[in-house]
Amino acid sequence: MAELPEKIASWFAAKGWHLRAHQRAMIEKARAGRSALLIAPTGAGKTLAGFLPSLIDLMEPRPVRRLHTLYISPLKALAVDVARNLETPAAEMELPIRIEARTGDTPAARRARQMTSPPDILLTTPEQLALMLAHPQAGKLFGSLKRLIVDEIHAVAPNKRGDLLALGLARLRAIAPDLVTAGLSATVADPDDLRRWLTGQGKGENLADLVLAATEEAAEPILTMLETAERLPWAGHSARHAIGEIYAEIGKAKLSLVFVNTRMQAEYLFQLLWHENEDGKRIALHHGSLDVGQRRRVEAAMAAGQLDAVVCTSTLDLGIDWGDVDLVINVGAPKGASRLLQRIGRANHRLDEPSRALLVPSNRFEVLECRAAIEAAFAKEQDAVTKRAGALDVLAQHVMGMLVAEPRFETELLAEIRDAHPYADLSDEDFAKVLAFVIDGGYALRAYERFARVKRDKEGRLRVANSRIAQSYRMNVGTIVESTMLKVHLGKPAGSGKALRFGRLLGEVEEYFAEGLVPGDTFVFAGEVLKFEGLAEDRVVVSRTTARDPTVPSYAGGKFPLSTHLARRVRHMLANPKEWGALPEQVSAWLELQRQKSCLPGPEDLLVETFPRGDRHYLVAYPFEGRLAHQTLGMLLTRRLERARLKPLGFVANDYALGIWMLGDVYAEAKRDKSFLPELFAADMLGDDLEEWLDESALMKRSFRHCAVIAGLIERRFPGMEKKARAVTMSTDLIFDVLRRHEPDHILLKAARADAASALLDLRRLSDMLMRIRGRIMHHPLKQVSPLSVPILLEIGKEPVYGEARDAAIGEEAARLMEEIGA
Amino acid sequence: MRSALARMETETPGIECRIAGLRVLLDASGAAFLPEDRMLVVADLHLEKSAAFARIGQMLPPYDSFATVQRLEASVNRLRPERLVLLGDSFHWTDLVPQAGSAAGLILARLASQVRFTWITGNHDPHHPADLPGESVAHLDLAGVRLRHEPEADGRPEIVGHLHPAARLATRAGTQRRRCFLASAERLLMPAFGCLTGALDVTDAPIRDLGWGVETRAYLITREAIHAVPFQALTSRR
Repeated sequence: MAELPEKIASWFAAKGWHLRAHQRAMIEKARAGRSALLIAPTGAGKTLAGFLPSLIDLMEPRPVRRLHTLYISPLKALAVDVARNLETPAAEMELPIRIEARTGDTPAARRARQMTSPPDILLTTPEQLALMLAHPQAGKLFGSLKRLIVDEIHAVAPNKRGDLLALGLARLRAIAPDLVTAGLSATVADPDDLRRWLTGQGKGENLADLVLAATEEAAEPILTMLETAERLPWAGHSARHAIGEIYAEIGKAKLSLVFVNTRMQAEYLFQLLWHENEDGKRIALHHGSLDVGQRRRVEAAMAAGQLDAVVCTSTLDLGIDWGDVDLVINVGAPKGASRLLQRIGRANHRLDEPSRALLVPSNRFEVLECRAAIEAAFAKEQDAVTKRAGALDVLAQHVMGMLVAEPRFETELLAEIRDAHPYADLSDEDFAKVLAFVIDGGYALRAYERFARVKRDKEGRLRVANSRIAQSYRMNVGTIVESTMLKVHLGKPAGSGKALRFGRLLGEVEEYFAEGLVPGDTFVFAGEVLKFEGLAEDRVVVSRTTARDPTVPSYAGGKFPLSTHLARRVRHMLANPKEWGALPEQVSAWLELQRQKSCLPGPEDLLVETFPRGDRHYLVAYPFEGRLAHQTLGMLLTRRLERARLKPLGFVANDYALGIWMLGDVYAEAKRDKSFLPELFAADMLGDDLEEWLDESALMKRSFRHCAVIAGLIERRFPGMEKKARAVTMSTDLIFDVLRRHEPDHILLKAARADAASALLDLRRLSDMLMRIRGRIMHHPLKQVSPLSVPILLEIGKEPVYGEARDAAIGEEAARLMEEIGA
Repeated sequence: MRSALARMETETPGIECRIAGLRVLLDASGAAFLPEDRMLVVADLHLEKSAAFARIGQMLPPYDSFATVQRLEASVNRLRPERLVLLGDSFHWTDLVPQAGSAAGLILARLASQVRFTWITGNHDPHHPADLPGESVAHLDLAGVRLRHEPEADGRPEIVGHLHPAARLATRAGTQRRRCFLASAERLLMPAFGCLTGALDVTDAPIRDLGWGVETRAYLITREAIHAVPFQALTSRR
């Protein structure tokens, strides 16, 4: 049983607190030199549990101040916040320690000083750790490190930032072999994965201990779905129908957080709420594209209790305590059970009071999904995170960083990399290719040996060729590649012959959104309807307008696809009419109608409907596997229907279904040949068809751009093109085309394909689904549209046009214009 | 209807226009063909651009020179010119030239045995190496039209490059941006031919402010065809 040192015990007593079981367990693990993963709900004193062992260690003054504890957080605001929160108890306990944060915002002089004269406890981010590890003094700085704490590890580990951090951890273990790690996590489906992630995979034990905070202390959340009195829309994501009801709920609470899935939805909802705001409620907006100053003002006002509601996106999902939130409203479907639980956790950080959350579905399918999410939350089910292999572009960045720090032997470097969990199974071949890329681009045509960035010295160690390489590494470290953003300014319309003038900064929009605007278009941004006046020096210039409805509908569906887990629940609910009692009457009546007119599939079946409409034939399938998997499926089915000469014209996909329309009679084909549909949906579509389509697709170009920046093929700021970030977008597409044609097996194309397959195409889910439905396709030929197909048909025409169709559109428009001027 | 239109255009070698009376065929490859002189003009190849980047540590794929001259050879084989005029910025870096034995170098040598090369100097390549095939000149005059790298305000009819024009057009598939030729009665501005070259909007000041008459057309280059659009109809970024 761990005894608390007197100073700390009396501090606890003075606060009227008692040491919680999981806090005691973390102290015992640290004393035994064991790494540990702590899983605890928000508000359970998780951060303190992570730091107590360090505070105990640091009670006694030491002869020389050296770095003792390193804390890593995914958010720089969280690192700063925790540093501040830790200073109070340290001061109250009169501990002789220095605590500092280090982020990209820390002044350069202080960062330099931290390398030579470090604090006892340093709080930082994964990117800053990478930078410090690439410093020639890294060995000296981290040689004394005793303890490493990774916060919000569930959010960091399963992505590229996690890969970079895992590689950094492996390096730290090599520098400080006695290092003890602690991971702090929210509840996850599979803790073993994170337990491995925290420890070395090289030799001996490779699983950190698990400490679970008792959850019975926490009251059950009160979780309900809005029973709207309005008519539920068939499709769309605006939740416009329920605005009055949302506003009324805000009125009943002290402080509400209104979560939506995208920035555009946040804008739209915020605007609708203000139109409704007759009582002058203090409602604010918070999302990642707003000007930082504005976000900080909203956060401060929240903390000071000056607001009634905040409309926000996932920027408020993580960690930081902003205020006394007593109601969380989730507008739209939550898409995953884990995300919903995280968001509910934002309400009432005191465990003795239950969280209150209200789900507001924005269309009929979302009612099913919300119902499934509520059941999953009560069953405490979490979405499993797909296991992933470490990204190769991140590895290239890390290898360069390691060589910038000091010359290294290849074998020693590889052993250290395989110590990191995401890279434990890295093949010799992939490592060799990544290393070749770092050295001179790794092209089969060895054209750049004379320009090599890395050379071998006499002992055979790898070393960077010159200081410019090191500088370039430092400028480009990190795995977050933002889409190119353009600043939005209020401004004046251009008079004839006059240039646009711009004034106050409102925030930023994605370049692709601005590209599609024509002067005169109106759209919602920063909480109001704005008119697009034009672009000036790559700034978006807008003016205020009295128009109430924007001409550009900028609210799109969520960016997260429906999770596998919720999808399964939705399919079961559909198949089981006994469960429909829990649904609003409008929805159960809709499903009943579907049962009469067509059919409802069993939980493992795939329902395929075909029907004629106008002069076209439609095929609608209901896999419930999420938007990304459906888009991929739509692309591939369209190719196959083309080959079957059924002349497909287009397709549309949402989270639940996909619809394809064509000139050919698909019903007649399926009737003539019983194997037509099974073959259409056969899993072999994931072979050549996929490869061919993928290499042409815009998704692949986007993935490639990300990989090229992360791996250091191109710099975030292209030399000579600083002014125009847009030029980079253009150039990576050209580079992609050249590389794909001349060296299709290049390691960066492999990295880009892997990204596209997992993040953008959901291939694993698609492939699981195709296997599941073999022999289980239920084909229902209909004379007309079915009730279930209405939502998907309503989405037709809202989808962007891709690929060669764009060239055709240019031809049509050019011909029209020339005719117009009589040429 | 749409596919019929597209097919017709792919079978047409290009679109004809006249610069100060000189007949010019604008080819969908981005080259211009002068039938009276059997002359092919291309601008801004930026050969060895990737090598220039590799020299400062950015290892771009070393296939750009090959890809560019391969396209050039295809245009030569299709249009059968007697003379090839390279309108400046043929090399991204004045002392980096495709090596003689490289794939790109071999194609250049093969082309040099079929057509006469005239290299016009540009800001990226103010000097040309002595061992290049053909001649190196600052400009070339042809039936009252001057072929040079950069546009100049001396009132001469001209065929120029340097500015890498691209145009944006609002279509039913959203605003599309493509490389283009820009032609008035007195001036032809050529698109960059090199495969790793960026582009500048024709409505941006450096191009717009050159002065263009109402008859000016942009010729947008799509994958397989070329489309004339009145200059005024292009979507301005301003």
